[in-house]
Amino acid sequence: MPRRNDLHTILIIGSGPIVIGQACEFDYSGTQACRVLKEEGYRVILANSNPATIMTDPDFADRTYIEPLTLEILARIIEREKPDAVLPTLGGQTGLNLAMALFEKGLVGVPGTPELIGANAEAIATAEDRDKFKQAMIEIGLSVPHSGIAHNMDEATTVLKDIGLPVIIRPAYILGGRGTGIANTMEEFLKLASNGLDASPIREILVETSIVGWKEYELEVMRDHADNCVIICSIENFDPMGVHTGDSITVAPAQTLSDVEYQKMRDAAFACIRRVGVETGGSNVQFALNPANGDLVVIEMNPRVSRSSALASKATGFPIAKIAAKLAVGYTLDEISNDITRKTPASFEPTIDYVVTKIPRWAFEKLPGTSGVLGTQMQSVGEVMSIGRTFPESLQKALRSLEQGRLGLNCDSGESLYDGLSDADLLKKAAIATPERIFQLGEALRRDMSVDQVHAATKIDVWFLDQMLIIIEERRSLEGKSLTQLSRHEVRRAKRLGFSDGQLAYVLKDDEMAVRSYRESLGVIPTYKTVDTCSAEFDAQTPYHYSTYEDEDEVRPSSKPRVIILGSGPNRIGQGIEFDYCCVHASFALRAAGYETVMVNCNPETVSTDYDTSDRLYFEPLTREDVLNVIAAETLASGGVAPKVIVGLGGQTPLKLSGLIDPALIAGTSPHSIDLAEDREKWNQLCDSLSIPQPPGGTAVTFADASVIAQRVGYPVLVRPSYVLGGRAMQIVHDAQGLESAMEQMARDGSLGKEGGLSAERPVLIDHFLEDATEVDVDAIRDHTGEVLIGGVMEHVEEAGVHSGDSACAIPPQTLPAWVVEVISAYTTSIANSLDVRGLVNVQFAVLGTTVFVIEANPRASRTVPFVAKATGVPLAKVASRVMLGATLAELRVEGLLVPPVTGGHVSVKEAVLPFNRFPEVDTALGPEMRSTGEVMGIDRTFGRAFVKSQTAAGTVLPTSGTVFLSFNDGDKPAGIVVAKRLRDLGLGVAATTGTANYLAKFGLPVDRIVGKLSEIEGSSLENAAALVANGEISFVVNTPHGRGSRQDGEAIRKAANANGVSSVTTVEAALAAVNGLWEQRSSEVEVRSLQEYHGRA
Amino acid sequence: MSTDITNIALVLEDGSVFEGEAVGYMPENGIAAGEVVFHTALTGYQEVFTDPSYAGQIITFTTSHIGNYGVTPVDSESRGTFARGVIMRDMARRHSSWRSESSLDEMLKAQKLPGVAGLDTRRLTRLLRDSGSLRGAFGTADQAQLLAAAKNEKGTSGIDLVSEVTTPQAYMVGNGKFNVVAYDFGIKTTILRHLSEIATVTVVPASMPAEEVLSLSPSGVFLSNGPGDPEMVTGAADAIRLIVEAGVPTFGICLGHQLLSRAFGGHTFKLPFGHHGANHPVRHIATGAVEITSQNHNFCVDPDSLSGVADITHINLNDHTNEGMRLRGLRAFSVQYHPEAGPGPHDSHYLFGQFAELMEKK
Repeated sequence: MPRRNDLHTILIIGSGPIVIGQACEFDYSGTQACRVLKEEGYRVILANSNPATIMTDPDFADRTYIEPLTLEILARIIEREKPDAVLPTLGGQTGLNLAMALFEKGLVGVPGTPELIGANAEAIATAEDRDKFKQAMIEIGLSVPHSGIAHNMDEATTVLKDIGLPVIIRPAYILGGRGTGIANTMEEFLKLASNGLDASPIREILVETSIVGWKEYELEVMRDHADNCVIICSIENFDPMGVHTGDSITVAPAQTLSDVEYQKMRDAAFACIRRVGVETGGSNVQFALNPANGDLVVIEMNPRVSRSSALASKATGFPIAKIAAKLAVGYTLDEISNDITRKTPASFEPTIDYVVTKIPRWAFEKLPGTSGVLGTQMQSVGEVMSIGRTFPESLQKALRSLEQGRLGLNCDSGESLYDGLSDADLLKKAAIATPERIFQLGEALRRDMSVDQVHAATKIDVWFLDQMLIIIEERRSLEGKSLTQLSRHEVRRAKRLGFSDGQLAYVLKDDEMAVRSYRESLGVIPTYKTVDTCSAEFDAQTPYHYSTYEDEDEVRPSSKPRVIILGSGPNRIGQGIEFDYCCVHASFALRAAGYETVMVNCNPETVSTDYDTSDRLYFEPLTREDVLNVIAAETLASGGVAPKVIVGLGGQTPLKLSGLIDPALIAGTSPHSIDLAEDREKWNQLCDSLSIPQPPGGTAVTFADASVIAQRVGYPVLVRPSYVLGGRAMQIVHDAQGLESAMEQMARDGSLGKEGGLSAERPVLIDHFLEDATEVDVDAIRDHTGEVLIGGVMEHVEEAGVHSGDSACAIPPQTLPAWVVEVISAYTTSIANSLDVRGLVNVQFAVLGTTVFVIEANPRASRTVPFVAKATGVPLAKVASRVMLGATLAELRVEGLLVPPVTGGHVSVKEAVLPFNRFPEVDTALGPEMRSTGEVMGIDRTFGRAFVKSQTAAGTVLPTSGTVFLSFNDGDKPAGIVVAKRLRDLGLGVAATTGTANYLAKFGLPVDRIVGKLSEIEGSSLENAAALVANGEISFVVNTPHGRGSRQDGEAIRKAANANGVSSVTTVEAALAAVNGLWEQRSSEVEVRSLQEYHGRA
Repeated sequence: MSTDITNIALVLEDGSVFEGEAVGYMPENGIAAGEVVFHTALTGYQEVFTDPSYAGQIITFTTSHIGNYGVTPVDSESRGTFARGVIMRDMARRHSSWRSESSLDEMLKAQKLPGVAGLDTRRLTRLLRDSGSLRGAFGTADQAQLLAAAKNEKGTSGIDLVSEVTTPQAYMVGNGKFNVVAYDFGIKTTILRHLSEIATVTVVPASMPAEEVLSLSPSGVFLSNGPGDPEMVTGAADAIRLIVEAGVPTFGICLGHQLLSRAFGGHTFKLPFGHHGANHPVRHIATGAVEITSQNHNFCVDPDSLSGVADITHINLNDHTNEGMRLRGLRAFSVQYHPEAGPGPHDSHYLFGQFAELMEKK
């Protein structure tokens, strides 16, 4: 049955900010859905609060609402746009949960309201409600782990009596395993069950017998409304049951299943999707298999496109989200053609002739207090995928894709980390799943521990371990040899096992580039194969490549001018979807301008690694070796004409490579200029020559040097490593002791090759820290004629000292005098000119009184580019990419690509979204090290309203009733008067610490309750603030930490708020903005408006 | 690394050379020759190389790792192996499965099946796809000998391979309610397993005349899969026509489909590189449903040649070739693909039920 003509307008619900468990894979799926539905001629309405996404680009929908994803807001959008249908299955768990909420309110899915397409409410409930799901599976004869449902602690203990320890707790309707855990003791059980009940929006948990150590699999299923079902991909987890799939190393296709077992699983997956009732689209079904006897149990299913679907799409070339969108509007699988072969239909099952490995990337180093142990709750912030012809090759490529200083499975300087460990300790460590485990396993095998011994300790399948042993044996065979001793056969064998040139250099005690040139002299160069869904049975039309060392290369020749765009690698805190947005926009703009674009990236979640974003896609690690190989392959393909390379849009990842690529190839700002901005000495001279003030500072490699600088400029000082993003290891230190420990930490990281490490080439920057300054960010574009376009001036809500990525900011600036903004523009222009920028530049300023200090300039795309584009309507990334290839701003104006910014009438606020709800042990106070995983945007007529929207979108529940707890440091107390007054005016109760209460009393603002600090309550009658929060007596917390000294009191309160789901703000500026916004909003209703309307292009 | 690796070459009739390593068995003359085909299933290597339909052929597995879950006698599709060799990118040196009883390498040696690993199987597959199946030879012999051996191969067209694989004498399996006679043109164990659920099956040699079959008063006759060119299976078409015209319900799979078609005037032809995999979409015309099917055939029925005689029941959605038919006015139907799976999806098991229904109706 073809396209449904009874539908005209379709609302797509996006997934909101990037959070752990829900990353840019839903931008990928949502973008595909928007494109498909627009192509099919539907009017597409999109709701998503995340401005960094590609899907919220106003070109992708007819109406784009960057609004908080709440029931109230969606109801307004539905009222305004009157969609015929709502598609909730491409926006992650957020989309699904909102659809259910709308259904329960009778706003969708019932007669007279928009239809739910993809999955109906009954199907969603069957899959998501743990009890319903369990009953449904039993009904169709599938096994599920022995379990029971509980809604309170009494029920939970009753269930436990029936099942017995160990058990796993799984809350219903949750995302990324939030609130799940394995309990081995009664004590652990009580804690986990209670946390689990809290984590579930319907207070329901499943208490399930633990099958830790079983093998874990996932099948990606698609179904159309004619009931045709296909499996797109099978995925086998390297880590056995017990580690969340999102935190597991996973491999596709499944490697250790016989056909008999695989077909049984396939039958079960189809039975599952049919019983749950997902009418059309993609679902994934997770299974556990007892390695001793093949017993198979169903763990869970997601009735929607998931993180695994994105992985499966990239792993096979089958675009699950795109097809799911088509199925949702009536097509059947056999009516849709396979994009890659163009001759065969989508109603088939992809088969692949390579091995895909996914490895997550974690950020524990940014979250002090976390254990770093992996479990049933997802903690990773991003992932890499790699493709190799065999598992060893694929594994080693994935490990070097992580960009954590490792070159593969050990055989690099990082392996020295295990030198001090005894064999027994090493094995004990490897038995616990952590980010380091894979390297520990490699080390254990190198120390001659047998595959069986390692298997016994870890339950990792012996096939995987033996494949790793092949890598180890290869390394052993190279030890003690010298480079030029090696035959072509030997070098090729090592490269086929995925060894990087860097690893070979390490084991042969030679230089990486020497290895490269020797290898090339032997003719051992990579061949690029094609991801084609069919193992070469049919000719592939889509150039989606990966490298391997084989006989035949499949890159097709072409004579068009081409541009390589280096992507941003795995998502991490500090470098996420914003950079993918920039790379994708560059690809779109340059394709439109007649270039052939070539994308290089290794992040399976992204739009950039969609095979039809660019003319060619290389799914490759972003290392020097791999990037030089792609440049060589592309040069060969165009008859010796080298391509241009864009390094300035993918964040720090490609920028770090800029000095290693022939400078003549770099499009945009030259490596020389990039270095000028990074090199402290040269940068200082440049600012001096321009008479632009900087906070005094210097660079140091040792503590002694650092100490001299700190004494000269005066404490507090801001200490930061060079060449990092996201404030990695950045600290504000108040004394020599703090400085010493900061320097020690960076030296340690440096010796391990970690990001944020210190070395002679990468010294530490030490600047006087400007307390109480207002921070300002500017994104600008300069062309080769010297014209500078100020894209946006963003004033931060939080004062300097909070990382810009964690700070809220507003366009246009809200408190800066107009002339200061002009000074900032003038400074930006002269810096851009002096650096000879060609493309984007981001400059950070600190305004203290009326002095504008420049903090740093980065001649590359920044995190805020997509936000600025959405706030102003100017497609900055597209314009910048054209400028990098030589176009002038004037030309682009004539062409119509560069449009004037939309000013006046609205304010845009960007707010950071922090991962603290997953890490209750972490202090939520903000600082110079960035910790947010994502961002949201609030846009409205006034700053107050926009700020309130940004908070709502970020999940902060602003108080409208109850009692607000206030605790201000001395510096913040005057502003606290305003905060307390507004709260009083809004009719809210106020509780405060003794100091804050006494202060407020002087200004006629009595508080309702005086609460003690930890240090005060002993022996006094005062109530403990943390306890009040835990008891639910506080509806909101304002706690601004003290600049120095003990932060323990505040920390306890902030942690209590976090652990109990009470929203808090930790800066007085945010508190002021919030209460002012609430005041403005108090008597009027929230309004929604689309981006197209704001931009005047509706 | 272990030192007992023997580097060998695969040479195709067009002179292409692929370098790899010997695995499994090595014939004394150092040459394994046959028609080279590729198989794209991700799982089921043992079922594939023990399928008698591969007589005369060397099977290239496109999946990277082969042998990961070992082998077990219950997964074998016949009493031995009839393929000439196997080609793979990587053979697991250690396997892992609770089901396995030995390693793939051990089985290849025991069954005297030569193998080559480590070569660029994707280059080989692309070559076969573009030029059609090619004859080839691999082994320790020198490349000139291998090339000569490749050129000397007869291929699978115009030769009778069924006589190599069929059972020498009749035997019985199963204890279902019907009495089915199954012609063994190279029958797979999984087919027998399915038939056994519905019938007591007498498996008979390919050459058994119709009279002899009819004398067993079968409630149905099954025409099995098998290797090679249907035109060369002498006598089968005539026997089948007599049986079907006698009113005996008849069901054919793969070669059985081709022979049933030929018995009623259908033509068969050779596909460029055949269908060998477990992911081919087939439309069941009566319902419109898409079945994902297991396939293994080089020859194909020309549907036009059946016009007026049979109704086309199934069609391949990749290349629109014929996948099934039902004879008009007669109680016989057949499919080109493998509804029994083994290896492959279970989407088409209903056809065995359809056979039972046909036998039920008098």
